[in-house]
Amino acid sequence: MKKSLFTLERIRPLTADTYELLLSGDTSAITAPGQFVNIELPGKFLRRPISICDWSSADLTLLVKVVGGGTQELVDLAPGTKLDVLSGLGNGFDRSLAGAHPILAGGGIGVAPLYGLARRMLQAGTVPTVALGFRMAADAFYLEEFEALGCRLSVATEDGSLGTRGFVTSCIQAAPACDYVLACGPLPMLKAVHGLPQLRDGQFSFEARMGCGFGACMGCTVPTKNGYKRVCKDGPILYKEEIIWDTFS
Amino acid sequence: MTVSLAGVELKNPIIPASGTFGYGREYAELYDLDILGSFSWKGTTGAPRLGNPQPRIAETAGGMLNAVGLQNPGIDAVIETEVPNIAKLFHGPVIANVGGFSIEEYAENCRKLNDVDQVAILEVNISCPNVHAGGKNFGCDPKAAAEVTRAVKAVAKKPVFMKLTPNVTDIAEIARACAGAGADGLCLINTLLGMRIDLRSRKPVIANRTGGLSGPAVFPVALRMVWDVYEAVDIPIIGCGGVSSAEDAAEMMLAGAAAVEVGAANLKDPYACKTIVENLPALCEKLGVAHISELTGGAHQ
Repeated sequence: MKKSLFTLERIRPLTADTYELLLSGDTSAITAPGQFVNIELPGKFLRRPISICDWSSADLTLLVKVVGGGTQELVDLAPGTKLDVLSGLGNGFDRSLAGAHPILAGGGIGVAPLYGLARRMLQAGTVPTVALGFRMAADAFYLEEFEALGCRLSVATEDGSLGTRGFVTSCIQAAPACDYVLACGPLPMLKAVHGLPQLRDGQFSFEARMGCGFGACMGCTVPTKNGYKRVCKDGPILYKEEIIWDTFS
Repeated sequence: MTVSLAGVELKNPIIPASGTFGYGREYAELYDLDILGSFSWKGTTGAPRLGNPQPRIAETAGGMLNAVGLQNPGIDAVIETEVPNIAKLFHGPVIANVGGFSIEEYAENCRKLNDVDQVAILEVNISCPNVHAGGKNFGCDPKAAAEVTRAVKAVAKKPVFMKLTPNVTDIAEIARACAGAGADGLCLINTLLGMRIDLRSRKPVIANRTGGLSGPAVFPVALRMVWDVYEAVDIPIIGCGGVSSAEDAAEMMLAGAAAVEVGAANLKDPYACKTIVENLPALCEKLGVAHISELTGGAHQ
């Protein structure tokens, strides 16, 4: 973990409520896709934990969905604003376990960390299948970006306005060779994906209301089959066999 | 910068508060803990506790609510695993925050710490429900607070500081009861009971319904209570509540604190205590204070 100042370079709207933010700064503490940053906002006491979409040695891409006052404030910031950021938080996805036929499953804003993950998998010679789910076509984003990487991409929308009608689980079932999932999205999606028999194993990224974001306050602890885990420090990625779903309501 | 708490010498008055600093591990990755006066470890009970269901955290203007529910591995595991690790991370005196749900549990937990050399002070959190008295909070009743104090003092070989809850009508009355029962010092305040409700779900944000408010919002409340308690008792006070700068710490000392705990500020800025420690000497110089302990009670004239 590192605490440093980042500069907001650019904001690009992706949908009516989702934005892409490019920040420049010291990214040396970031070690794996699926990690997150915790951003201090003027006038808010708690920082805002935001998943890392992608990063290079000098900049950081975040995808932010406006869900409340804090995220609204974040996307309203003017380019040039300096932000106090804790970077490189959480465990991140472990690509080494994913085998030759991984599928990356994302729902809504949960798509964000899968982009940096897919890019690194491709760099390492694995072509991941990417399955993304949205409510409707107007909510979809980052499809061109995933296609440009060279992923095998499939999309599902709940109303059928884009791709398969239904959920991301349908996309996974349509790729029966994929046996390992790396997933991020809303709880019902994660749970449905977790239950698919074709998946021998997988990694699931969880959200939590956090106090500190670096493991000190025990605000986000959940029970797992491997004992109590802090979503911020021991997660946000939990492994298929250790998740106790009753914990998450 | 040295201060003394019931005979325990600290190199400076800055102490990370219990529940915001774990057992030191996370912060030791960021800075050398030896710059601190002490630290108060996570509230530890007899049995291991998972704590409350999620969510446990909510934000509010100027602070946060938490209902962690005393999640801790239990006193035996702490002595076996955390104490040897703390010895590697920090070489000063440690404050052991101890919880309990019965008078017997408090006493037993404190007795077990008698032989832990690095623990210099016992900080007894009496903001816990008494399971033998219908869940009534020990710290809300002067008789119960005195009973816990007496029971702990009967077995403890280290100075005992009672950590007081602010959720009472007259905190000075509780302070006098603890002092009268033999407490060596007091620590105040714990968090203020609060609540947030989600507009869409119409349910409390925190699964436990209520949570403890901490952060800058509680600072003036804590300051006033330290002031009142300083007037009421003659034992040392650790001031705690909303401190986030060297200036806040000095203000807390002027109200009557001999040392100062820093809590929620650590969660927002993991370097908060380090920054305060670094800023204190220049602040003292600016204020014309030759020794920091001169500040204690300096506003009472």
